Amino acid sequence: MTAAEGLWAYAVLSGGSADSRTNGLRGVANERVHVITSGDLATAVGTVPLSRFGEEALRHNLEDLDWLAATARAHDAVVSQLAGSGPVVPLRMTTVFLAERGVTDLLVQHADDFDAALRLVSDRQEWGVKAYADPQALVSEPESAAKTSGTAYLLRRKRELSSKEEAYRVASDAARRVHETLTLHAVDAKRKPVSDQSLSGRTGSVVLNGTYLVDNSNVAAFRCAVDELAETIAGIDLDLTGPWPPYSFTGDVVG
Amino acid sequence: MMNDPTPARDSWDSNREVALVDLLDRVLAGGVVISGDITLSIADVDMVVISLRTLVSSVASWMDGRGDGHDAAHP
Repeated sequence: MTAAEGLWAYAVLSGGSADSRTNGLRGVANERVHVITSGDLATAVGTVPLSRFGEEALRHNLEDLDWLAATARAHDAVVSQLAGSGPVVPLRMTTVFLAERGVTDLLVQHADDFDAALRLVSDRQEWGVKAYADPQALVSEPESAAKTSGTAYLLRRKRELSSKEEAYRVASDAARRVHETLTLHAVDAKRKPVSDQSLSGRTGSVVLNGTYLVDNSNVAAFRCAVDELAETIAGIDLDLTGPWPPYSFTGDVVG
Repeated sequence: MMNDPTPARDSWDSNREVALVDLLDRVLAGGVVISGDITLSIADVDMVVISLRTLVSSVASWMDGRGDGHDAAHP
């Protein structure tokens, strides 16, 4: 590694099989992914040019959506393939070390945390479930035959005004039910902040951005539960994504 | 209702399609954050969050421009 290069870090894994697990993987700069080992732990890294992945370059490049998308997908591809061959603790994207020493120091200083994190995610997968609610679909307007009287009109008008508020209440309740039910099928669960609506390109409101750490042996049951909820709860759409590497469940363990 | 085509990833295959928003939600907001002088300060949460906020408005048009139906339909 030269002074013009850095080490882009992907994930921490057990040291024993790390070499074979990273064998053949290409990273964000199409570089060969290799491992830096310390004790029983290893970090999967790639040597990248700082002209493109150094601090200044990154600040600039992160604003470029093409670059961000391609880099995120390349980063995730490495982490996901590692997750496919065993337990893995993902590091946040854009963790760049300037020297190999930094990587080994990290493994030494946080060895116990990384061990605990690897145990936590062993034989488990992360699955995401988003719920979209269409407020209009949630509250049906009762159509009465005669609405001629002034009182009937006022009542109807009042109902219309409160229906939107009511719809959001119903949607939040539905989201809570979905999350509570799915949590029963998971070893850990989180409600993540709802992504900005303008990112979604969908009309329904996101009422749940849930993510779940599920035992491999329980994934089928978890997916069945999602299907069942999708069928039984009216006015709500569910999107299932996964399996993900345990991106959302390892940050608390190490640090 | 279950939305049609959101492909739950059946495998860890790197070629699968994953909605960009769900991906960024995890790789930029999840994972272990290393702090201290051994790293560059890029992994700083605030910086990434701010950066993404500035991107929000352009993301939609960028996706539209791509005709990237999958990402647009499934955040």
